[in-house]
Amino acid sequence: MTSVGFNKQSANLLVWLLLLAMPFWLPAIGGYVELGERVVVLGLAAMAVNFLLGYTGVLSFGHAAYFGLGAYGAGMTIRYLVPSTGLGILVGTLVGTLAGAIIGPLIIRLRGVYFAMVTIAFGQVFYFIAFRWNSVTGGDDGLNGWTRMPLNFGITTVDILHDTRAFYYLILAVFAVSVGVMAWLLRSPFGRTLIAIRENERRARFLGIPVDQHIWMSWVISCCFAAAAGALYALLNNFVDPRALYWTQSGDFVIMAVLGGMRSFWGPLIGAAVFVLLQDYLSSQTQNWMSFVGLFFVLVVLFFPRGILGAVRRKVTS
Amino acid sequence: MTQLILFNVFNGLIVGAFYALMALGLSLILNLSGVINFAHGGFLAIGGYIAFTLMPFIGFWGGLIVAPVLTAILGIVVERFLIRRLYGRDPLYSLLLTFGLAFIFEDGTRFIWGAQSLPFQVPGWLVTPLSTDYFFLTGYRLFMVLVVASAVIGLFVILGYTRLGIRIRAGTLDLETVSVLGVNVRVLRSMNFGLGVYLAGLAGVLAVGQLGLQPTIGSSLIMPSFVAIIVGGLGSLPGTLLGGLLIGVASGLTTVFFPSASEAVIYVMMAVVLLVRPRGLLGEEGRF
Amino acid sequence: MSLLRVESVSKHFGSLIAVNDVSMTVEHGELRAIIGPNGAGKTTFFNLITGFLTPTYGHITFDGQDITHLLPARRVQLGMARTFQVTEVFPELSVRENLRIPVEVASGLRLRAWLSKADDSRIRDRVSELLDMGGLADKAERQVGELSHGDQRATEIMMALALKPRMLLLDEPTAGMGDQETYEITQLIRRLHKNAKLTIVLIEHDMRVVFHLADRIMVLDQGKFLAEGTPPEIAANKTVQTAYLGQAA
Repeated sequence: MTSVGFNKQSANLLVWLLLLAMPFWLPAIGGYVELGERVVVLGLAAMAVNFLLGYTGVLSFGHAAYFGLGAYGAGMTIRYLVPSTGLGILVGTLVGTLAGAIIGPLIIRLRGVYFAMVTIAFGQVFYFIAFRWNSVTGGDDGLNGWTRMPLNFGITTVDILHDTRAFYYLILAVFAVSVGVMAWLLRSPFGRTLIAIRENERRARFLGIPVDQHIWMSWVISCCFAAAAGALYALLNNFVDPRALYWTQSGDFVIMAVLGGMRSFWGPLIGAAVFVLLQDYLSSQTQNWMSFVGLFFVLVVLFFPRGILGAVRRKVTS
Repeated sequence: MTQLILFNVFNGLIVGAFYALMALGLSLILNLSGVINFAHGGFLAIGGYIAFTLMPFIGFWGGLIVAPVLTAILGIVVERFLIRRLYGRDPLYSLLLTFGLAFIFEDGTRFIWGAQSLPFQVPGWLVTPLSTDYFFLTGYRLFMVLVVASAVIGLFVILGYTRLGIRIRAGTLDLETVSVLGVNVRVLRSMNFGLGVYLAGLAGVLAVGQLGLQPTIGSSLIMPSFVAIIVGGLGSLPGTLLGGLLIGVASGLTTVFFPSASEAVIYVMMAVVLLVRPRGLLGEEGRF
Repeated sequence: MSLLRVESVSKHFGSLIAVNDVSMTVEHGELRAIIGPNGAGKTTFFNLITGFLTPTYGHITFDGQDITHLLPARRVQLGMARTFQVTEVFPELSVRENLRIPVEVASGLRLRAWLSKADDSRIRDRVSELLDMGGLADKAERQVGELSHGDQRATEIMMALALKPRMLLLDEPTAGMGDQETYEITQLIRRLHKNAKLTIVLIEHDMRVVFHLADRIMVLDQGKFLAEGTPPEIAANKTVQTAYLGQAA
């Protein structure tokens, strides 16, 4: 037991050190900081999806909606309301969370594939709104004409638009807070009820846990952090388009979680790293990168269902 | 105005018939095997492209008969070598697999036939309007309705009166008992998958006659098919049919009054149904 | 006042009548067994009490309160806890975690995102107490899914007990077990009944277990009430013998 505890702690430490030092080591090995930013942002979204999938046992295939709402919320706030990055992130996160909270009661009674199907279908509503409401969202061309604004701390302002390192650390700060909250929740009595639902819903119900209510809460928490990731994604690109809301984006999040390992806290982040690198490489190499991404899905499902960390852990214990 | 409304209702009905045809195939597979086949739209597109490719040799009518069968055979191959491995595992995996297949199919059709949209010639006498007042009543549209209707009737006849169909229905209710009774469940699932994909292929041939060929034709039809299943009621094939027609007409009517909401309206319908009657219009209680 | 009153309940599944006009009263501190040949409707009757199903006709009151249509989770809050015929535990969690979850739920902490030091140590103590009571202390850190059938069942019973129920409902607690495991579970139930003064209702196939444990026995046959009495009374009852022998023949 103690050695496992120690391993877990050192793994956590390692992950945080790597993340903190990323702007320094990533360029040194041939990457660029924006790539690291994408990994952290999409990793946060995948971890949010996995809060529901890996720790509550509920499969959402529609998280792109809340991710995209976060993105539009942030972009539209800066474009139309207040030119403030901080406020953009806040509003984006709130919009996504609110949408999740409203959709929640309609879907929490469903389970398994049906839950997946309904979440994905609901996600499309927001896609069509973004797509059709040209005058406000920019429609298919996307929402542009805005950029992330300098952070104003009173005594000093930080230019996150041109200083990519500074922007990376803003992303990492939001990531750290979000991931910290999720980790903390999972170790609380509430988090344990979620794991109980994942393990055996019937047992959980007959222990007096109102399962639907807890799934709703887990869903809203998950949507909240997916929206936060979406807000960061908009800032990263200085742009949002409806593809951020499209259902294929939801599939990407799920495959990241599965690829990294659903039962491991850091799994989805690792999955996101592999996915982002792969996509970056493939899209620079071939026109048909979509086929390769599809093939990648198939291969992961057939040969790697436990994910990278799941496979590693299995090797260690056996 | 009446003409406009009629036009859009009729249009909606045709679109709805497509959704229903797609959704019936999806439903068959979902009900028996618990698999959401994301690649269904891909099969639809492939059905259309096969018909296009074969047209110089066997013509439109030959394509209409042969292309869906070839698509179904492709479906059975996919089921046999990929999807079959995932039965009994978390539904997450079959979902991701078919999701990946959908990517491959879409990109594959683009690779083989090109990204540009291709014209698909249906026999000339089918396209002439039947009436000048009701210009939208072309022969092809009526023909589509006729084919969809016979396919649906055929499907229900198969399910109701043939040995395969009766086994599929029994397996949907209780697969374990059916396997104990000596039915080969593997074959049953394959045939059922083939039947579902056949409907997608048929829808594909009909759809390209109306819309022309483009690689994304399938992915734009799959989401409404999901909605049709949910609105109609999970686990109920008549429900799926009803759901498809309903959302088609609703979407057509919305086009008259509020065109930009014509896509979103079906999702609003879905929300209302889930709120008032979570199991869907004709869904049985306790099926999910 | 009786703790549980079941008044003329029936359960219809379409044209099938699984439970037909059955009444039962269970007193505080009693250990009641429900027996009957296969297809007697025991499990359906049990599910009506625990809220897994709701009756077509009739009423059920628990401690004076009508619970006929209450959801399972509400019944748990009132003090009814159950186990299942096929053991229902959290297989990938340790025994300790399996017990910790119901202890936290029973302490009203299920929505808490943090625990005070005092709460935390109170919960730990209670979990250790339950581990000792169930004879599971030496397996506390093992994954439940890896344990023997008997230990899984013991874990499940202790999970139900962690809810501090006023009534424990056990659905065939020794189903599918060998002699040694059956003996251990029987002893555990006996201890809980005698030491913790717990009211227990159980369905059981194994007659040795039933006659060893029960204060009173109710017999169902083909969905209907057949007899009720102390173990010796039931053993001497002619109709009961016919029902069982009739099935054996």
